[in-house]
Amino acid sequence: MLKAINLTKSFGNRKVLRGFSITVEPGEIVTLIGVNGAGKTTLLRILSGITSAEIGQVQFNNIPSRDDPSFYRRQIGVVLHAPMLYGNLSARENLRFFSRLYQLPHPEERIDELLQMVNLRSRANDMVRVFSRGMQQRLSIARALLHDPACLLLDEPYTGLDQDSSSVFESLILRAVEDKKMVLLATHDLDKACRTSTRIDLLQQGRIAFTQPRFDVSPEELAETYREITGTQPVKHAAGDAG
Amino acid sequence: MKAFLNTVLAIFWKDLLAERRTREILGTMLVFALTVILVFVFAFDLSVDMRSKAAPGVIWVTLCFAGTISLNRSMSLEKDREGFDGLLLAPVDRTAIYFGKALVNWVFMLITAVIVVPVYALFNNINLFSTGFASVILLGTLGYILTGTLLSALSLQLRTRDMLLPVLLFPVVIPLLLSVVRASTILLQGGIQGELSTWLLLLVGYDLLFAAVGLLVFDKIIEE
Repeated sequence: MLKAINLTKSFGNRKVLRGFSITVEPGEIVTLIGVNGAGKTTLLRILSGITSAEIGQVQFNNIPSRDDPSFYRRQIGVVLHAPMLYGNLSARENLRFFSRLYQLPHPEERIDELLQMVNLRSRANDMVRVFSRGMQQRLSIARALLHDPACLLLDEPYTGLDQDSSSVFESLILRAVEDKKMVLLATHDLDKACRTSTRIDLLQQGRIAFTQPRFDVSPEELAETYREITGTQPVKHAAGDAG
Repeated sequence: MKAFLNTVLAIFWKDLLAERRTREILGTMLVFALTVILVFVFAFDLSVDMRSKAAPGVIWVTLCFAGTISLNRSMSLEKDREGFDGLLLAPVDRTAIYFGKALVNWVFMLITAVIVVPVYALFNNINLFSTGFASVILLGTLGYILTGTLLSALSLQLRTRDMLLPVLLFPVVIPLLLSVVRASTILLQGGIQGELSTWLLLLVGYDLLFAAVGLLVFDKIIEE
């Protein structure tokens, strides 16, 4: 179980998270929605351990992440807006590098499997700098899955993905949940949120303003609630977020 | 310890592989260093004695500025596509990232020294080859890189990092530069051995101090 308790984070005078708490159980896909600047990316960066919160803590199976950071980082796979890859290395070399950091026992088999999964096997030896945004995103997803993490943190994972890749990614998420993994996903795409999530949380000014199990809310009702709370129109397809 | 070394070597391998493809860092360092050396050689018509006296200053100024190019580019490449965040996500001791980056920058600086020193010696017809001078170069470049890698990581999140690094770095490395220039002068010109030992000890102390500082604070300074 992934748990964030009372997270508070500011940038200068602006409070991005205000005592934010969330729990993700095994087998759950929690989707975070909200306007730009609502705190989704900041939350995912704190949960991934890249940024630290001023107050509050993150726990995995009731073990605070600060007590054993290496153990915690081994449990999570992260896809953020930037691909976190090296342009002057090939797709395979990138995955090989990260597999060394994760000390995988049989890296080449796992790399082949993932390249096949994200449909990049034929481009495995091409430099990442020549990849399109969508291909970089697919490779970034493969990097996040490399060590078979128990929990996936995904920030706008559909950005740049074409229809086929999007469907493949959706099926990957659903398979992860069947395997009792935890998924926390930030998106602007309410249709996708309603299609794949088990729970939808709406972030507004650093707090959860609305939470609902997916089956209790239709995309239309969700869009209406979104409009009421945020005062803005929801977007159907994400163009990226740095909130 | 094995995992720590594995991470250091993985980062070293990754940077070497990228550099082998682009020659972006070493190419720039060598062009810069050789230009500086040639300008010094042709700008002054010095006697053999003066050429030998000028050698430590010219060589260390060249190496330091070339080293700054390596430090800046090496960290900038980590910011490209946010590869550095990928490193922070890995379940590794984060100080291994520091030593991995320092190791690759040190190797780049040593390669530059291996080319620059013979070129300077050749053009000036002086002998710069001695075990003592080689040791000073090893220790001096190591200290410079240990300090520089730490400060370049500190300025990583800033937009003005390319400009800021020399401003932060040069005041901190003054004791190191004094030591390397004085030790080099004694080795090339002859001098009191006791004085040489003092400068060498200061160099070793400086290197150990910054390795320890890196070990203690790198984890903190890379956190946003």
